[in-house]
Amino acid sequence: MTRRQFTLCAVALLMAAWGFLPEFTITMLNYIGLYALVAVGLVMLTGVAGMTSFGQAAFVGLGAYATSWFCTVPAAGAFFGLSVGSALLPWVGLLLGFALSATVAWLLGSVTLRLSGHYLPLGTIAWGLSLYFLFGNLEFLGGHTGMSGVPALAVGGVALRSVRELGLLTWSVLLLILWALHNLLDSREGRAIRSLKTGRVMAESMGIDTARYRLKVFVLAALLASLSGWMYAHLQRFVNPTPFNLNIGIEYLFMAVVGGAGHLWGAVLGAALITLMKQYLQDILPSLLGSSGNFEVIVFGMLMLLVLQRFSEGMWPSLAGFVNRFLRPIAAATEQTQRNLTERILPQRGSVVLTAAGVSKRFGGLLANNEVDLDVKAGEIHALIGPNGAGKSTFFNMISGVDDPTSGTVKLLGRDMHGQSSRAFAAGGLSRTFQHVRLLGPRSVLDNVALGAHLRASSGWIAAMLRLDRGEEAALMREARQQIERCGLGPQMNETAASLALGQQRIVEIARALAGQPSVLLLDEPAAGLPHREKVALARLLTQLRGEGMAILVVEHDMEFVMNIADRITVLDFGRVIAHGTPAQVQVDPKVLAAYLGGDDGN
Amino acid sequence: MDSQIALLLGQDGIVNGAVYALMALALVLVFSVTRVIFIPQGEFVAFGALTMATMQVGRVPGTLWLLLALSAVTLLVETVRHQRGVAVDWKSSIFWAVLLPAAAACLVLFLRPTSMYGQAGTALLLITPLGPLLYRLAYRPLAHATVLTLLIVSVALHGVLVGLGLYFFGAEGSRTTAFSELRLELGGIPVSGQSLVVMGVASLLVILLFLFFERTIVGKALRATAMNRIGARLMGIPTELSGDLSFALAALVGAVSGLLIAPLTTVYYDTGFLIGLKGFVAAIIGGLTSYPMALAGALIVGLLESFSSFWASAFKEVIVFTLIIPVLWWRSFNSHHVEDEE
Repeated sequence: MTRRQFTLCAVALLMAAWGFLPEFTITMLNYIGLYALVAVGLVMLTGVAGMTSFGQAAFVGLGAYATSWFCTVPAAGAFFGLSVGSALLPWVGLLLGFALSATVAWLLGSVTLRLSGHYLPLGTIAWGLSLYFLFGNLEFLGGHTGMSGVPALAVGGVALRSVRELGLLTWSVLLLILWALHNLLDSREGRAIRSLKTGRVMAESMGIDTARYRLKVFVLAALLASLSGWMYAHLQRFVNPTPFNLNIGIEYLFMAVVGGAGHLWGAVLGAALITLMKQYLQDILPSLLGSSGNFEVIVFGMLMLLVLQRFSEGMWPSLAGFVNRFLRPIAAATEQTQRNLTERILPQRGSVVLTAAGVSKRFGGLLANNEVDLDVKAGEIHALIGPNGAGKSTFFNMISGVDDPTSGTVKLLGRDMHGQSSRAFAAGGLSRTFQHVRLLGPRSVLDNVALGAHLRASSGWIAAMLRLDRGEEAALMREARQQIERCGLGPQMNETAASLALGQQRIVEIARALAGQPSVLLLDEPAAGLPHREKVALARLLTQLRGEGMAILVVEHDMEFVMNIADRITVLDFGRVIAHGTPAQVQVDPKVLAAYLGGDDGN
Repeated sequence: MDSQIALLLGQDGIVNGAVYALMALALVLVFSVTRVIFIPQGEFVAFGALTMATMQVGRVPGTLWLLLALSAVTLLVETVRHQRGVAVDWKSSIFWAVLLPAAAACLVLFLRPTSMYGQAGTALLLITPLGPLLYRLAYRPLAHATVLTLLIVSVALHGVLVGLGLYFFGAEGSRTTAFSELRLELGGIPVSGQSLVVMGVASLLVILLFLFFERTIVGKALRATAMNRIGARLMGIPTELSGDLSFALAALVGAVSGLLIAPLTTVYYDTGFLIGLKGFVAAIIGGLTSYPMALAGALIVGLLESFSSFWASAFKEVIVFTLIIPVLWWRSFNSHHVEDEE
C-alpha cells in the first residue's frame, strides 16, 4: 500500500463509520476538525514560512461574529443595501467574515513586513487581546453575553442541524483544504513559500517578492481561521467572546507545534491531541488539585516546553515514521511535458554584461569601496580578489542589488540598476551563489535547484492548489534535472541538501543559479573550504560554462584556483582597485605583491 | 473635562507609566542580552504583589514552594549536565538554587517578618531567584534557537506561570497596605503618598540600573553581550552569567513593580500579563533596544491609558493595544533595509 492509498482508505473508513460512531465521538471529531482548520493555517505560517501568530483565535472570532451578526440582526442586510433570502444569509456572513479577516491580516502583516520577524507575533498578541475586549464591549454584538439565535447552515436545501450532519461538512472542508495545501506546497509557489524561512536575501535573489509572499501566507492563515469560526458559529448557534480569547489563540499554536509545525497532518494530530487532553484534564485536574480553575494550561505549557526542547519537529514525524514502515514508498514520477520555460536571449560572446563604474560605498566614516571600476563580458571568467577586509563583500552586495552604492553606477545589460532590488537583478539575468551556503536543508537537491527557475514560470496559488500547474511543474523539474546533471550531481538529485558535503552544496548553489538561465553568474567564494578534488571539479565546471558563453564573476580568496581559471583579474585593497589584468600581469604587479605579502618597505 | 480632571488623569498616567517603564526596561534588557522576548515578565509583578499580600495575612505564599521546586529541578539538571561532561558553573548554581532559596525559606517559615519592609524584602528574595532558575530550565537548552522559537517558549511559560498563579493565590484579587498613608495637595489636586512612592522608587531603580550598566564591570559585560553575543563570549564573558543576571534583574524589577502597585489597585493572579504587555508596547516604541525611547514610550502608554479610561473606559484596553499598529507602522518606515534573520 502506498501512502496515498493509505490516506484514502483511512478517509473511506471514517466515512463508513460516521453513521455508527457514538454522539460523543462525533462531537469530539467535529471540534478536532474545526481546530485543525485553524492549526493547519498556523502550520503554513510557523513551520513552513517561518512566521507565527498568537492571534488566530481572534480571526476565528471575526468569522464567527460576522456570520452571527449578519444572520441575526435584520438591519445587517439593509446596512449593506442587500436583500438576501434567509437560506443565503450564512453564505453572505461567510464572505463578510473573509473580507474582515483578510483586511485585518493584510493590515497587521503590512505594518510588520519590513521589521524583524518577531514583530508580527507581538502584533498578533496585541490584536488578539484588543478584539476580545472589543467583542465584549460592543453593544450591537451582545457584549459579554454574546448573540444567540444563529440559524443552522443549509447546503443545497438540506439543513445541517445535528452535529453528525455538520461534522460531515467540517471534515469534507478540512480534507479538501489539506489536499489543496498539499498541492500548493508541492509546486513552484510552495518552494517560494518555504524559501521564506531561509532568510530574505536568498529568496529575494531568486526573484521572490518575500514581502508579498509573507503577506499572502498570513492572509491565508487568517482566512482558514475565519472559515473555522463560521462553521463554529453555525454549530453552536450562538457566540460569545470567550472562545476567541488570546489564551485560545495560544492553544491553537500549541496544536500546531505539538503536532508538528512543519507538516500539514501535524495540525490534525495536534488538534486531536490537545482537544482530547483538554477534555481529559478538565475532568481530572480539579479533583487532583482540589479546586476548580483553568489548570490544563499548566500541563499544556509544560508539554509545549518539552516538545520544543526535545522534539522540535513535533509528534507527527514519529507517527509518520512508524506508519511508513508498513507502506511502500511512492516512486518519484517523471512526467513528460511539451511545455517550455521562458527563455531569455543571451548576450553575444564578448559583449559587456555587467559594469560597475566609479562605485563607492561609505558606512559612516569608513569608505569601504572607493571608485571601483569593473566589467564582466560574456564568455569570460573575471576574478575579483583581495586580502581580508578589502571590500569584496561590500562590492558584491552592490552589484547584486542587496545594497545601493553611495555613488557610482552599476549597469546590467546596459540598464542602470540604481535603487533596484535583488529581485530586479534576478529578473535582469543575474544569478548568484552565497559565501555561506543558503539552501533549504530538509528539501531535496532537485527542489532546491528548481527554486532557481522561479522566475521562468508563472502559475499562481490557485492553479497550484487545483493542480492546474502540472505541465509547467514538469518543465521546471526537467530544467532542474538538466542543471543538476550538467553540474555532475545526478546521483544526489533526490537526497536532502543538508546531507551533502559542503563542496557539493556549493555545486547545488551553482546549479540553482544556472536554473535561472542567467546572462551573468556571480560566485561568492565558491572554492572556500573545498578539498582539492572538489576544487578541480569546480574549476572544470566553470571552464565549461565559460565555453558555453556565460559571463562569470568570481570573488575568491584562493590564489591557485583563481590563477588557473580566470581570464582577467581585478585586485582590491582597502576598498580601491590596485591592479587589473591577466593572471600573468597581476602576479608580477608590485602593488599586488605588497598587498598580499605585506609592507612597502621592500621585503 | 476641566483642568482639574486633566491633572488628575495626568498624575494617574504618570504613575502607571512609571510601572510600565520598569517593565519596558526589563524587557529590553532581557531581549538585548538573550534574544528572549520575555512574555512572562508580568507574572513577576503579580507574584510579587500576591506574595506580599499573602504574607500580610500571615500565610505562607505558594511562590515559596515554586521556588524550592524549581531549585531542586535546577540542581538535578546541573548534576546531570555535570555527569555528561558539561562544565557547570557550580558557584552561581549554588547561589541561585541553594543560597537564596534557603534564605527565603528561612525568612518565610521561621523568622516571619512582620514589618512592612521586612515582608517586602522577603518577597523580593522569593521572586528574584525565579528569574535565573526559569532561564536555566526553559531557555538555556534552546540558546541557539531562533527568536521565534524562544518567543513560543515564552508564551508557553506564561501559560504555566499564570496557571500556577491561580493555583497558589486563587481567583480573588488582593490589595496590600500602602507604604505611605500621606495625602498631599499639589497645585490644587490631591496626591497620594503611595503614588509618590511609586514614582520615587521607579526613578531610583532607573538611576541604579543606569549606574550599574555604566559604572560596573558586570554591567558593562552585559552591555557587551547585548551588542555582540559571540564577540562577548570570545572576550571571556560567559553566556550563562549574562542569562542569569538579566533574568534576575527582570524578576527583581517585576517584583518591585508588583509591590509598588499592590496598594493602588487590586491585583489578581492574571493582572501581571496585561501590565507586562503594556510594557511591551512601550518597549516596541523603542524597537526593543533603546532604553530612553522605552521610557518615553511607557509614559505615552500610561497617559493614553488614563485619558482613554476617562473618555471611553470600556475601550481602554482596546485603545492601548491598538496603539501598537501605528507604532509598528512608524517603525517600519524607520528601517530601510531588508533584515536577514539568523
